[in-house]
Amino acid sequence: MTDLVIIGGGPAGMSAAIAARKKGIKDIIILERDSSLGGILQQCIHNGFGLHKFSEEMTGPEYAWRYEKEVKELGIEYKLNTMVIDISEDRVVTATNSEDGIFQIQARAVILAMGCRERAKGALNISGTRPSGIYSAGTAQKLVNMEGYMPGKKVVVLGSGDIGLIMARRMTLEGAEVKAVCELMPYSGGLARNIEQCLNDFSIPLKLSHTVVKIHGENRVEGITIARVDERRKPIKGTEEYIECDTLLLSVGLIPENELSKSAGITLDASTNGAIVDQDRQTNCEGIFACGNVLHVHDLVDFVSDEAEIAGISAADYINNVCEEKININVKTDGKIRYTIPQVITKKKDVTVYFRVSDVFRNKKICVYDGKRLVFSKKKAKLAPGEMESIKLMGDMLDNSTELMFKLEEA
Amino acid sequence: MYDVAIIGAGVVGGMVARTLSAYNLKICILEKENDVASGATKANSAIVHAGFDAKEGTLKAKLNVEGSKMMEKVTKELGVKYKKNGSLVIGFNEEDKLAIEELLERGKINGVEGLRIIEKEEIKKLEPNISDNVTVALYAPTGAIVCPYELCIAAVGNAMDNGADLKLNFEVSSIEKEDEGYKICSEKESIKAKFVVNAAGVFSDEIAKMAGDSSFTITPRRGQYILLDKECGNLVSHTIFRTPSKMGKGILVSPTVDGNLLTGPTSVDIEDKEDVSCTPECFEKIIKEANENVDGIPYNKTITSFCGLRATGSTGDFIINSPTHRFINVAAIESPGLTASPAIAEMVKELLVNEGVKLTEKENYNPFRKAMHAFREATIEEKNEVIKKDKSFGRIICRCEGVSEGEILEAIRTNPKPTDLDGVKRRTRAQMGRCQGGFCSPYIISLLAKELNIPCEDVTKFGKGSKLITGRTGEEIER
Repeated sequence: MTDLVIIGGGPAGMSAAIAARKKGIKDIIILERDSSLGGILQQCIHNGFGLHKFSEEMTGPEYAWRYEKEVKELGIEYKLNTMVIDISEDRVVTATNSEDGIFQIQARAVILAMGCRERAKGALNISGTRPSGIYSAGTAQKLVNMEGYMPGKKVVVLGSGDIGLIMARRMTLEGAEVKAVCELMPYSGGLARNIEQCLNDFSIPLKLSHTVVKIHGENRVEGITIARVDERRKPIKGTEEYIECDTLLLSVGLIPENELSKSAGITLDASTNGAIVDQDRQTNCEGIFACGNVLHVHDLVDFVSDEAEIAGISAADYINNVCEEKININVKTDGKIRYTIPQVITKKKDVTVYFRVSDVFRNKKICVYDGKRLVFSKKKAKLAPGEMESIKLMGDMLDNSTELMFKLEEA
Repeated sequence: MYDVAIIGAGVVGGMVARTLSAYNLKICILEKENDVASGATKANSAIVHAGFDAKEGTLKAKLNVEGSKMMEKVTKELGVKYKKNGSLVIGFNEEDKLAIEELLERGKINGVEGLRIIEKEEIKKLEPNISDNVTVALYAPTGAIVCPYELCIAAVGNAMDNGADLKLNFEVSSIEKEDEGYKICSEKESIKAKFVVNAAGVFSDEIAKMAGDSSFTITPRRGQYILLDKECGNLVSHTIFRTPSKMGKGILVSPTVDGNLLTGPTSVDIEDKEDVSCTPECFEKIIKEANENVDGIPYNKTITSFCGLRATGSTGDFIINSPTHRFINVAAIESPGLTASPAIAEMVKELLVNEGVKLTEKENYNPFRKAMHAFREATIEEKNEVIKKDKSFGRIICRCEGVSEGEILEAIRTNPKPTDLDGVKRRTRAQMGRCQGGFCSPYIISLLAKELNIPCEDVTKFGKGSKLITGRTGEEIER
């Protein structure tokens, strides 16, 4: 029996482990599939990490190292090159690596911190051929930043997610020609600062309401056809434009990687593709917690670290049998607010609720209702799907509620 | 001098090679692509048809039923996944019912066992997710599914293990008749063989012409498919066909042997024999028709879409003959070609004997091949035994399909040896999961480079010009 098994040694897993250790849990093991701790931060060699959490600007590996160092100083055990292949409802974790073979650990508590993966081209049903030269932006990032290989010379990026924007800049800095970034939606899914620093600073055109309608080239990509889309996101005939290129990078969304969660019987939220959790980041399976991008996709690692601390502390409390008075409030949203984390509130204490909106909104009021009673409201000049929002609810606001409704109203 | 040269390393060429490799013959398989199974074999419905479709009296009908009966044994010997999941031809109205009754009669004449017509209640019991509009169906319990490229790879591999040669990137450009047989040339090299088997798929008419036979033509018929995540593989358990109409067999919905859900194909005659591009109209048609057949197909779980070209012949039937001395055509092998392939191989063997091939059985012939999925399907204890001996089997490279480094290395070292990413994919399933190689392809590129002793820059997706990496970082790029 191990007290705490943490699946994933990226920023979420490390932060959770450190938080749990500081709460007195000694028997912790982190299982990491890659050959080093740090997760996807290792390939994020650009800066901008840590501004919120440490008021410093770091690169991804620097941010990761800060946590890795602490993991090592605290003597937290971890296994690298180790892939978890199954988690059961009663917290038996099955994993494999070269040294131990396939092994099982019975855990008192489990923290899921597996991160996310990129939506692949297959999901897009793009017409045309299937040549080489089509990469998801993260794969290209790994090739360039970790392996030192260039995936192409003339590039079009489909999707303006943050990795796509970062890679548009990165490929440009390496001498490639990035011809355009196409975004299906009328707004970018990336952070405003990335549009500025990665596209505008390099005069890379961002084509909103555009998509790739055809891939050309038999063996290697030779070009793509893009077209403008209407309000229903369907290509408009006559707006097609051919762009010669040898590479198509896709940055069309991230999907929390919850296959293991499903095998454990954890209920997922259709909006986040992550687990439904309470304020402790505990899932519907007792003793299994989730944090980081496996729970919902974050824009900034700083918030991943914060969330993972909550999960780590909560897992420690769970292991130490800390009991608190239970309540049960479901958090609902109006559609303009797409989802909240947590989706359930089970303790009467102050809670920060994170959420994302489904469109770009201006001059709105974030309102929280308990039935007809307005318990919270806050004005906001601009909200965008690419930027996570949060509000803090005080414990004493939650009196006798069973459901809280999050709405966006006119300011 | 080879005894037999087989042009084309698809499932037909592969099965012919394997059948002949049981005898004391020097065999060479010629393939224009960088790997076997690169034509219609890699992109089709993956169905072992029961045999009620083809018109009675045709080669298609005869070889379909024979092949269907042989398939279970062949796949067992070759370690290829095969599942007798049964098939349903569904009907929505009286007109369909009449057509289904015709199919039943035809099936009986063709010798298909166990066919019967079932009504709504039983259909729903067999397939709870089938559309409520379905009123009648032909149930064929002998219908099955198989992985077509796995079958081809295993057949070629088994033939090679029994002594056959495989020459990849050998695109036949001319065939010259000589006293003792034929000289077969590509732009770069040539081989000589006493007998030639033309199994060149959509190009078989052109190969036949090189040998002086212009009696038929092949029209490529494009079929587009959409493949869904393994999460959806249990939506149906049988292969669901629509009632065939003048417009063809329509869109089918089927589980695959590896647990995905496959929907398609469309059917569009084209001119270009290399044009396997997907079109938006075909996407719409597949999604619309598949949703008419089965409720709740979650197309948001699509993992890939692709096209294959069926070799549709001008005669309407398979063309298996000897138009000229010592030359055998195995052409126009469209559906049910995969099913028929073991029976086709037997027929080709007999034609060769008629042409003068002397068959003596090989003493040390081994019909068996280790299953490519052996490790994947093993128990934890069995896997740990393997990992103890070879640590690389403990390290997972493809997380979506759970494929270890050991399995990838084993595939790279096993006949027919893959030298590109797609070849590794078809043998191991690495890159075939939901992330489509997003995480593992950089690892596999480096594994291939190391094993083949080439720089990573030279690793391709599927040979020819399909390079994956254009240079190193820090190098100057010409604009």
